[in-house]
Amino acid sequence: MVEQAEIRVVHQGGSNITFREPAISSDSRFLLCASGHNVKVFSTVTEECVQELRGHTDLVTGVLLRPSNHLQAYSCSADGTVRLWDFTDGILIKTYVIGYPICSIYASASHDGVIFIATPTKGYKTLDSLQLLAVHLPQTAGQLVETSDLSAVLSDVSANPATVAFGRAGEYVASTNGVQLQIFFFKKQKSFRFSLKENSCSGRRNTFTCVACHPTDDCIATGHEDGKIRLWRNFDQKREYTYRTLHWHHSTVRALCFTPEGSNLLSGGVESVLVQWRYQQESQQDFLPRLGAAITHIAVSPDGALFCTSHSDNKIVLIQSCVKVSSIIQGLVKGEAVQTDLMVDPRSKALVLNGKPGHLQFYSLQRDRLLFNLDVVQQEFIHQEGLDQFQVVMATLDGAGAWLATVEERKQETVEAELNLKLWAFDEPSQSFVLNTTVSTPHEVRITAVTFDPAARGQTSLLVSCGRDGLFKAWRLAPPAHPDDGGPSWTCDFVSGYHGLTPQRCCFSADGSLLAVGFQEVVTVWSPASWELLLTLSQPPGIIRDLCFGRLSCSKFLLGTTSSDQLCCWNLLTCSLEWSTSMEVSLLLADPLSDNMAAFCHQDGNTDLFVFKPSEPRPLFSQKAVCSGRVSRAVFAPREVALESCEESSQWLNRSQLYFLTPLMDLLTFSTRAEEERLMTASKQLVVDDSVAMTPFQLLLGKRRPHHQAAVEDPAVRPPAERPVPPGGSAAVRELLQSPAHVLPAAAALCSVFMEALLETPSDPEEEEEEDSDQEMETRATRPERGLLETDSADPVLSRAQVRELRRVRKLDHSWFSSLLDS
Amino acid sequence: MASFKPTKIPVYPKLGEKVTQDTLYWKNYKAPVQIKEYGAVSNIDFSPVAPHNFAVTAFSRIHVYGPFSQEPVKTFTRFKDTAYCGRFRSDGQLLVAGCEDSVVRLFDVSGRVALRMFKGHTKAVHVTDFTSDRYQILTGSDDYTCRLWDIPNAAELSTYREHTDYIRCGVTSKLNRDLFITGSYDHTLKVFDARAEKSVMTMDHGQPVESLLLYPSEGLLVSAGGRYVKVWDLLKGGQPLVSLKNHHKTVTCLALGNNGERLLSASLDRHVKVYNTTTYKVVHNFDYAAAILSLALAPDDESIVVGMTNSILSIKHRKHTEESKEIMSQQRRRPSYRVFVKGKNFVPKPDDYLVSKPVKEHLAKYDRELKKFNVSKALDASLEIWLRKKKPEITVGVIKELDRRGTLKNALAGRDEEQLSQLLHFVIGNIVDTRFAPIILTAAEMILDIYKSVIGQSALIDQQLLRLQNILESEINLEQELLEVLGMLDTMFATSVTRKEVPYSDVGRSNGLAQGEASSSRPELQAT
Repeated sequence: MVEQAEIRVVHQGGSNITFREPAISSDSRFLLCASGHNVKVFSTVTEECVQELRGHTDLVTGVLLRPSNHLQAYSCSADGTVRLWDFTDGILIKTYVIGYPICSIYASASHDGVIFIATPTKGYKTLDSLQLLAVHLPQTAGQLVETSDLSAVLSDVSANPATVAFGRAGEYVASTNGVQLQIFFFKKQKSFRFSLKENSCSGRRNTFTCVACHPTDDCIATGHEDGKIRLWRNFDQKREYTYRTLHWHHSTVRALCFTPEGSNLLSGGVESVLVQWRYQQESQQDFLPRLGAAITHIAVSPDGALFCTSHSDNKIVLIQSCVKVSSIIQGLVKGEAVQTDLMVDPRSKALVLNGKPGHLQFYSLQRDRLLFNLDVVQQEFIHQEGLDQFQVVMATLDGAGAWLATVEERKQETVEAELNLKLWAFDEPSQSFVLNTTVSTPHEVRITAVTFDPAARGQTSLLVSCGRDGLFKAWRLAPPAHPDDGGPSWTCDFVSGYHGLTPQRCCFSADGSLLAVGFQEVVTVWSPASWELLLTLSQPPGIIRDLCFGRLSCSKFLLGTTSSDQLCCWNLLTCSLEWSTSMEVSLLLADPLSDNMAAFCHQDGNTDLFVFKPSEPRPLFSQKAVCSGRVSRAVFAPREVALESCEESSQWLNRSQLYFLTPLMDLLTFSTRAEEERLMTASKQLVVDDSVAMTPFQLLLGKRRPHHQAAVEDPAVRPPAERPVPPGGSAAVRELLQSPAHVLPAAAALCSVFMEALLETPSDPEEEEEEDSDQEMETRATRPERGLLETDSADPVLSRAQVRELRRVRKLDHSWFSSLLDS
Repeated sequence: MASFKPTKIPVYPKLGEKVTQDTLYWKNYKAPVQIKEYGAVSNIDFSPVAPHNFAVTAFSRIHVYGPFSQEPVKTFTRFKDTAYCGRFRSDGQLLVAGCEDSVVRLFDVSGRVALRMFKGHTKAVHVTDFTSDRYQILTGSDDYTCRLWDIPNAAELSTYREHTDYIRCGVTSKLNRDLFITGSYDHTLKVFDARAEKSVMTMDHGQPVESLLLYPSEGLLVSAGGRYVKVWDLLKGGQPLVSLKNHHKTVTCLALGNNGERLLSASLDRHVKVYNTTTYKVVHNFDYAAAILSLALAPDDESIVVGMTNSILSIKHRKHTEESKEIMSQQRRRPSYRVFVKGKNFVPKPDDYLVSKPVKEHLAKYDRELKKFNVSKALDASLEIWLRKKKPEITVGVIKELDRRGTLKNALAGRDEEQLSQLLHFVIGNIVDTRFAPIILTAAEMILDIYKSVIGQSALIDQQLLRLQNILESEINLEQELLEVLGMLDTMFATSVTRKEVPYSDVGRSNGLAQGEASSSRPELQAT
């Protein structure tokens, strides 16, 4: 179909960067991590993504520095290829085709030209049983290389990549699965197996979770599910092996890592504390507490100066020598489920959803960057499994972005549920939200919906909350009861119910003159000005699931979905059902900038999207099987620049863009072909322009060049001697602009060089002027210098006419500057 | 690495009265001086001239007190029966008083024997006053008449027989020698002009009038009777301006304070209320031990004198700012913090390289223990005696935090008799507080679970547990009664409100808003 070809579902940022262990380059300047189908290269200093290595067609399952060349890195993917990259320039060097999906990749400095990969054992479909293969990489030329020299090293390898480690100088490999530790010696071609009991005497589980080998000593550290760390020695004997137990962690050890010299052992787990054990003096530990979320991976730079820990909240923390957090690379935080609705902050145009436990995250869609986390709960988070913590379950922003309302809950199902409604005011000086009012237990039972009046501004803001206690309450900003109490705060303005039914949804009309509250099967429409019940609608049976007013030209329509799979549209002028259709709508939302509405329908395990106008019978756009599973969160984000699309099917994307979250927490969006082409050309232009951003500064310098060239290419008027020296200055400027900001020396050091480079051109005409006035003096002073710079110092004397012509050219040359200044 | 977030102590809305300029002003009095009189103090009057002595009429005596003396400087005892309404003349030289035996006596302040006796009334005289020309006396009596007397020759000038009940209050105009106003138990106020035969204005108060007060400008008249205080605009022909009902028993006395900006009313309900005379809102309230019969303020509010039915005279003197300043300066003399900080005023030069020291975050003791996961010690720290007495919300906050961490049971367990009794003491003290009840109930249940095996081993603990049980039982009974009342109220509302289209919403509104907003009020059932 044409439509499908025109509009595509695309991934929009926010990919997981902590899926696999990251790798730090040997100069500690770059951090490589697998991110979805790509490998991202971050600068460790600026936290910016410097390169994105694209090429894999499936999930990247491992990143590894090439042991023999520290500027190259391997990446493996579930698409069955291993790729070799030059990660500083972002060039794909080689692609090795393995042919099986790869789960993880390992290498060892002593095994040259060999990499080890974990792939599913043939015959087994599941990922439970993997085998470790050694792959001899052929030294053939060409980009695409088929590898066939595979040899099995170990079988029965766990799917967790942390359970395989290479020992001292690659002599042996240790692998754990379940309660078994397996060690294979390459030289002797011999393997040893050690087993622990399934459960220790205290009933805790002994299962291995990770393993690390000492780089210079024969010692293997293993982490266990009960929080113990065991240090194994003498494991080259069947019986005389020993182990020592270290126990600090109270729950599962997730990551273990030795520093390159082997002086320290790092461990981390759910507690989100990085523990540094002194090797041989294990009673001494250093701690780095409160890293934010459970540690999933630990990596150490080859010089041992920089540690990095990956966390379960999609964050990589860089730590300098176990004392100081130097930088944090944060992706879009994805919890187990997003409980708040997706929202767009009208000020920052950022996507707002709950992220870290107890926080709201503001995520910039344009820049694919987390802007900031708003601490809603403001309590110390205890990293312990099975603990019932406060969770942000609802959040809503008012039309101007001046107020934010959040609802947090604890012990959601029990009787003594704790509920807080918090109202946050936007603070201009600090550019963030500041807590204004906390209402504890606003409703006696859980809150089902909160919404702001979209039209109200400033002092007249109105918030409506619905609770399972059968009431809905209106909250208003009220001046303090006493002038000494400080600023205004929110108080309850109106409480009402409808025959004791539970309100499920509430929705304001676009102008704020009507409030629709869905009480199970009945839709009630109220006037917020007088709090009068205007009308009730209850045509088709079924509990109201979603309510939405039409916008702009369709504002007379009220749409609702019911649990009996009906999509109904009421006309509020005639108070009658306009139309209804039978479809299982999981989510209904209105575009705030147009009169379009989007309905996500769940059908046969897939979600279909319909975009329609309430007043028109035909949908504007429909796409079957947008994604699998039920879509429950979506948002229309207004575009910064409206598109000029003429095709009917994609017109609904002109003003705003539709983002939605799949059940697997991927953030997807729709993009048109025109838009993609525009993006492509933009990126091409960027390449042509030597990847200099279009800044005012670049316009200043970028325009200079053509003029310069024009002046040069004017041989008739310009004597050969007057050709401007390819000045050291412009080279310096180019170098300055082309190299990334983070690799440049301090601005103070650059300043003088840069200023000289800029001054170079204007100084020429002045020289000419002076030459003109007193030739004898100046020529003597400047000529020898020229002679040094240029190869042919034969310098004919200029005629008057030539000089005049030259001046004219110079004047021309300067006009661009004055025009720029004027504009 | 984020820093430790301290335990959040919720801020509860402050109950009780707010601190305002008025409360500060009216609280700025010393502890009262209490003087036992011979009987109920029926009237107090301040002398208009310095040193502002005041005459206290109680039983058959009139005592005159000096501004700071606690002993009477002068006593008038020549009454045959109960004396009423001892009042000074505007020059402070003469004092007039009525008596139960219907004779009005005029005294010289320095003398002892009555200068004049005005006989003519047939019943007790409760009202006496001088007119503004100083030569005449107004009297009002239980024989329903009010009369004007000439002082020099003790002759009756005129009699007005318009009231139909006892005359119990009256004032003369300070600006016009001919005007006076009387209030009677026949519910009326009457304005008389001595030049006219009849009253010139009559106002209906609605209750027996107990007290009258004229504003200094004499444009407004305040009358007290029954539970009401009413303000009348005399210039608009006696139009009622405002009616105040802030007492729940008869208002007996009125006074003006703060240069006429505040009105005070005293009542048999043992309260003195202070009103703002522009808004007529109550801005302050004094409590006294017994029903108040009389009230007077010294000029500039230097003292408040209140006479009560239990024959106690209570005198409050104003605290002076010099005294409080003295205390301040004494405090300031102590060695101060800044003495010990070296280089506090050092200003770095522009080219100095500043090494900033990381600011150490101050944590409370319980937070320090919580940071180290020492749960028992954290609970101990929060149960320190001054903390649990003065700021129970902190103790409750820590208990809540421990519960959130799932370690409350560990923190409560393993305590000896003394610690456990401390804990129980706190629980008993706060379990009925609606702000704390939910979490303290959880803690109390845990305590019972943990220590049920050792019940009976300590008499102290057993006693406390019994007290806890009693408190809970009485609380449950209270809640039940309250719910019954609420049910009754709901039915009343339902019947009184006209049935609209959605009757439920009206009921909901009356309930939800009557409870002072749902903003922070817990449902009352929580404590059961």
